[in-house]
Amino acid sequence: MASVMPAPSQSRLFLSGNEAVARAVWESGCKVAAAYPGTPSTEMLEVLSTYPDIYTEWSVNEKVSLEVAIGAAFAGSRAFCAMKHVGMNVASDALMTLTLTGVIGGLVIAIADDVGLSSSQNEQDSRFWGRFAHVPVFEPSDSQEAYEMTKLAFDFSEKHQVPVILRMTTRINHVKALVTVGERMPHDNPGGFKKDPARWVMTPAGAGRRIPLMFERDAILLAEAESSPLNVVESGSDRRVGFVASGPAWMHVREAFPAMPALKLGFSCPVPVEKIRAFAKTVERLVVVEEVEPLVEKELKAAGIACHGKDILPKQGELAPNVLKPAIARLLGEPVPENLAKPAPVFPRPPTMCVACPHLGVYYTLSQIKNLTISGDIGCYTLGAGHPWNALDTTISMGASMGIALGLDKGRGEADKDKRILAVIGDSTFLHMGMQGLLDIVYNRGNVTVLLLDNRAVGMTGGQPDPGSGRDIHGEPAPRVDFAKLVEALGVKKERIHVVDPYQLPVLFKTIREEIKVPEVSVIITDQPCVLIDDYKKQKPYAVIDEKCTGCGNCVEVGCPAIHVTRREKAVKPSGKEVELQFVRIETSVCTGCGLCVQPCAPEAIVHADPRQPMRLVKH
Amino acid sequence: MNEQNVTNILVVGIGGQGVMTATEILAQAAIALGHDVKKTEVAGMAQRGGVVSSHLRFGPKVLSPQIMPGTADLLVAFEAAEGLRWCHMLKPGGLVLLNTAHLVPPVVDLGLYDYPADPIAEIRARGFEVRAFDAMKIALELGDVRLGNTVMLGAMADHLPFPAETLLDAIVKRFAARKPQMVELNRQAFEAGRAAEKAAAQAKEEVTA
Repeated sequence: MASVMPAPSQSRLFLSGNEAVARAVWESGCKVAAAYPGTPSTEMLEVLSTYPDIYTEWSVNEKVSLEVAIGAAFAGSRAFCAMKHVGMNVASDALMTLTLTGVIGGLVIAIADDVGLSSSQNEQDSRFWGRFAHVPVFEPSDSQEAYEMTKLAFDFSEKHQVPVILRMTTRINHVKALVTVGERMPHDNPGGFKKDPARWVMTPAGAGRRIPLMFERDAILLAEAESSPLNVVESGSDRRVGFVASGPAWMHVREAFPAMPALKLGFSCPVPVEKIRAFAKTVERLVVVEEVEPLVEKELKAAGIACHGKDILPKQGELAPNVLKPAIARLLGEPVPENLAKPAPVFPRPPTMCVACPHLGVYYTLSQIKNLTISGDIGCYTLGAGHPWNALDTTISMGASMGIALGLDKGRGEADKDKRILAVIGDSTFLHMGMQGLLDIVYNRGNVTVLLLDNRAVGMTGGQPDPGSGRDIHGEPAPRVDFAKLVEALGVKKERIHVVDPYQLPVLFKTIREEIKVPEVSVIITDQPCVLIDDYKKQKPYAVIDEKCTGCGNCVEVGCPAIHVTRREKAVKPSGKEVELQFVRIETSVCTGCGLCVQPCAPEAIVHADPRQPMRLVKH
Repeated sequence: MNEQNVTNILVVGIGGQGVMTATEILAQAAIALGHDVKKTEVAGMAQRGGVVSSHLRFGPKVLSPQIMPGTADLLVAFEAAEGLRWCHMLKPGGLVLLNTAHLVPPVVDLGLYDYPADPIAEIRARGFEVRAFDAMKIALELGDVRLGNTVMLGAMADHLPFPAETLLDAIVKRFAARKPQMVELNRQAFEAGRAAEKAAAQAKEEVTA
């Protein structure tokens, strides 16, 4: 990443879509860039923070990041904001009024849709926002286009005083390709912020006067889309099918059907209907290939243009050549190529918590407590729903653990009258959107025990800092929120707030057991850092003394990926119950000595490893 | 290679093994030769011990970044079961260069799934050629387990549409810039990987003979 910055102009760099956008934002003379981390968008701000002469920040959530960018654009400077698809749900309140005021300095909003769900709770199509908010949408198909369209988007934004959405997908954000880059062009802002209440203060009367202007702009944007060089036809000799495609689907179409004509939609909202109508006349059948919703398809059909789309293509996931080819073969009545390449059945390898993760202690403890309903949240700790803990019952959206816990409490049926309601939320998610929910629990006298897992980082996206870390986006010291004081200020009683070391299992267990019995809101804060960040200090690794291991399997229940079962045996307990014994070893080369597995080990078979012991990475 | 003259190389393993770094170095070598290159990963939460598959496509012009099932020219597996998981991506009769390490995930330790008894035999039963060697052991013998991905790169070196030296240059360049003290060790790891692959090929021939 650091290698990106000093590159001279006109050099060709091997950049991901995210890195290409960052480069273009910087070259465009952008002054302010803000984001909240979220896969697959995170690297845009991460890379931008390495460039000089630009203010970058990790904001507390996407709405705030957009508002920071809006402020900068109102002040006449160029501004940029990046988020994952679900981030725009949070930011949309600002977007829907921003479209009425418009901007002075260019404002580009990059939204990364996780098509294929590599790391998200849903699969949304952010092109809807273009329609909903009446703003233009650009859709790059690779890194070079992401770079070029970002630069064009700044100019376009200023020309029409409208924010531009750069719609990306995982297959753009995280694909690396060669990009020819340029130089930074300073962007002048001599005027600064100009007071204009009729435009910047959106009262009902003011907004009412701006709405007709938005509709006038719609017509201008449509004319721009119809004539835009971003919307181009590539001819082909086989006119049985003509394609309309955008984003990564464009590359898949060109790959799969090089001989068929295709219209590329780079400027895809508003849809250049007349350009497509003219193209449709040159082909026998029109097929719209779009990820993921049938937006363009429906708009074309509404305009009386016959086309195929989601009638022959999946409504979910990526439209790669191996998806497109059989669909088009069927459409043409051709034999469908049989898929000979079937994958072998192999165990799944789902993501796991890291070795020594402080969350392991929390979930091990929760898995040992009965009669709990646990509302969870978005982050690494969502993995607590999986094996071996099975200790998380709901996940919906950022911060939702709070409100859902309160609803589970207030809405409890007869069967749940003795259930304890617990909410689990991470530090960054709490600051993002959980604080308000906790306030609501307090205000409405909810009976919820909140576990606030403060690991001082946004762990799931790679350990970025947040206001609880004490560091900013550059790693420089920054004001650090005091969670105990914060929740006390929200109204949680001081005696109901506990700060606990999650590696001290007996303390954690006792604290949770006591607090769930108290019929009011409690907050238990765990205070150990994410193992991916510098705050985490490794300790001496452990190993198992084979002769001492009794196969009880308690350590396996901790769920640390450094613990491996070497053999299983059936045994009969004195009670007559048949149990399966699991004898274990610890992968000493990756163990960092957190000591969680040592605590439930009754025979004291886990001891510090002999440092001279050879590493046993390979199991034969 | 195919009608578009594009080479498809799939590198697979699990998070933390250096799969993405190895593919990056391979990409730099292809770039140095003037190819168009695209590289894409399916690495959902790879940092958490998940599956990583890194697609590298290079040639005169690359459109889609994804390698389609049945079209990979070469599969490089950093872990045995991952070799089996991804072998359907190879073209018929294609070659797998495989690190024999078995990295067992928690779901197997918990008894929810079995690790395949003999992944290499299963890959061969599907009609693919396998050259297997213990890259971890080679790396450890050189003193650092992190040399594993350079060993794997060395193993690939004689199966690329360009000379082995081009790949070695890309490795040396990367380390010269970041960790100059590691250049010599990586050179050794590269040659050791190359030799291990040759030995595996020879062993296979002897078995067949």
